[in-house]
Amino acid sequence: MSQALPFVEAMGAATLPVSGIAWLDASRREHLDAFVAAGLPDTRMEAWKYTALRALAQRRFAAGDARAIEHAVDPAVFGLPGVYGPRLVFVNGVFRADLSMLDALPAGITLQPLSQALRQDAESLRFVLSRHEAEQGDAFVRLNAAMATDGVVLTLEAGAKPDAPVHLVFLGAPAEAELAWHLRTIIELGEGAELALVEHHAASGEQQHFATLVSDTYLRDGAVLRHVLLQQAAAGSSLIRRSRLQLGRRAQVSSHVLELGGALARHDVRAELAGDGARFVTRGVFMPRGRQQVDTQLAIRHQALGTASDSVWRGVADQRGRGVFRGAILVAPGADGSDASLSNKNLLLSPNAEIDTKPELEIHADEVKAAHGATVGQLDERSLFYLRSRGIPMAEARALLTVAFCRAVLDDLPVTALREHLAGLLALDLPT
Amino acid sequence: MLKIDNLHARVEGKEILKGLTLSVNPGEVHAIMGPNGAGKSTLGNVLSGREGYEVTAGSVTFNGIDLLALEPEQRAAAGVFLAFQYPVEIPGVNNTYFLRAALNAQRKARGEQELDSMQFLKLVREKLKVMQISDELLHRAVNEGFSGGEKKRNEIFQMAVLEPKLAILDETDSGLDIDALKQVAQGVNAQRSPERSFLVVTHYQRLLDYIEPDFVHVLAGGRIVESGDKTLALKLEEHGYAWVREHGEPAGASA
Ligand SMILES: Nc1ncnc2c1ncn2[C@@H]1O[C@H](COP(=O)(O)OP(=O)(O)OP(=O)(O)O)[C@@H](O)[C@H]1O
Ligand SMILES: [Mg+2]
Repeated sequence: MSQALPFVEAMGAATLPVSGIAWLDASRREHLDAFVAAGLPDTRMEAWKYTALRALAQRRFAAGDARAIEHAVDPAVFGLPGVYGPRLVFVNGVFRADLSMLDALPAGITLQPLSQALRQDAESLRFVLSRHEAEQGDAFVRLNAAMATDGVVLTLEAGAKPDAPVHLVFLGAPAEAELAWHLRTIIELGEGAELALVEHHAASGEQQHFATLVSDTYLRDGAVLRHVLLQQAAAGSSLIRRSRLQLGRRAQVSSHVLELGGALARHDVRAELAGDGARFVTRGVFMPRGRQQVDTQLAIRHQALGTASDSVWRGVADQRGRGVFRGAILVAPGADGSDASLSNKNLLLSPNAEIDTKPELEIHADEVKAAHGATVGQLDERSLFYLRSRGIPMAEARALLTVAFCRAVLDDLPVTALREHLAGLLALDLPT
Repeated sequence: MLKIDNLHARVEGKEILKGLTLSVNPGEVHAIMGPNGAGKSTLGNVLSGREGYEVTAGSVTFNGIDLLALEPEQRAAAGVFLAFQYPVEIPGVNNTYFLRAALNAQRKARGEQELDSMQFLKLVREKLKVMQISDELLHRAVNEGFSGGEKKRNEIFQMAVLEPKLAILDETDSGLDIDALKQVAQGVNAQRSPERSFLVVTHYQRLLDYIEPDFVHVLAGGRIVESGDKTLALKLEEHGYAWVREHGEPAGASA
């Protein structure tokens, strides 16, 4: 990109954070320079084909919120039924000890803000933090690597199985300027460890911030992660996330995702099923409306024997909402006996809504079971009439059918209270 | 209570109802018979307000109000109930939840107090006894995986809970075994009252042995071409619809 876009220009002009850790500061500088040189991706790139960044490119965000510590936040905006365990809260990208709950951590679990971990022992994080350098061409990962000074470091010792779910809260709050903030998450589950994790993007009031979150999750052999991702960012905000998961032998991830908020919400998930018998299950709903753009990109790589992935996603777009779903599954040579299934069904509730879905399947191994499908449709007229003929008003009938359409995604969520809460959010998110 | 006057209706640009006239008084049971494709289900759909059924002429009043001006849900709240010829399966929507939502929506529209879940359960238990439906069906999604007969019984069960003023039963007897037919008829008879009227669409005289109609009409070519008492059904059984055409219908009016 030749001409500097306002977005890129403002980011490039920002003062780089200084850690005093030589390798880290040098790498930040490199990443920022590379970001400025490459600019933003455009729709000619396959990964950004359906999500144009033209509007974002014209905006300038201030780097960081000097007063993030002071914002009054009502804990009710991130409270969730059934989620009562350790909690880490960030407001506009800044760690808030006062809202977090880090005392009396269960045995075998280490949970702390990245800033603190870096001060204590930066060297042990060096490998992970340098890792994304290998990924060429991703503007936002670079930007995050340059600018993120905080985030989450969460480690479970081998065999640790804390009962309570860990709650990570990323909150946007109104500030004097439109802000850009960046967070980095590093999670490691030791052999046989089991963790329930709730990743929660929430808003305390309207704002139009821009945020990036890059996370790495490592599951050692036999580790189990039950993950819930609830994205309720402010309607005007932009949120770009990259999650990378690596699963060892017989490791299991189940992930339930609700993408409800944000003006622009993009999530790239890259899962590597690296150990024999690893299993990756995702269930997700995205619901763009108004002028929201919600873009989810799943890339699942089966790299070992007998690995399994199972993805069930539902998209519901209303008004001028725009949804994008890309589910790319690769079964690499040698990943024999793997099982990959992916289904994405979508519902358009208005003639101006749009959903682009693209399942991709590439198989280079033997004895692979694969099922694959995507549909885009409308609410069933006969079902609507049936409900209305019994006295249920149009709006309620539409909401009932829409929630029913999405319901399969939540069915196997283990925490009942949370499941019902999330089902309620689906209904709430529908216009009446 | 129900006055249909010279009703003309179109589906997909095709005229199906061609000047249908029919009056139903409170407490009456009217049977409607007629050949396949005559417009019987179309009549039920038009009366319940289904989209895509365009009324081009005529009027329908229900207890003095213009029924055709109401949305389907308003008609339901006013007391119109259609037991579908082909009940719809709705995966993901629980049968009990659906029925309570329906009843409470109707009550709310009429300015009545909504029922809480205890009150609703009590009502459902009473009605279940009458209909002999297994309450296992209630825990499933609406009609999902129900057998043909179970779907029809579920329609009548819904009617029992919603207590409409006018029930239109569209071939509720089709696909029922002998015992189920008797049970459904019992369910209907249990709900006959001086205030409640029925339009019973059927192809079989047999049903009318169990649900005794006050009137029998023949709908053919989009109009009522013959009306009589229950003996008309017997004559039809014996002679078929050709007999009606020769007798009742003006020459050339047949579809
Ligand atoms: N949605 C529709 N689109 C096109 N044609 C329709 C539609 N609904 C009904 N029709 C046509 O209208 C005519 C009447 O149909 P209707 O279902 O009312 O008949 P019926 O008397 O109920 O018949 P049956 O005894 O077979 O149930 C038929 O020719 C049918 O094909
Ligand atoms: Mg019919």
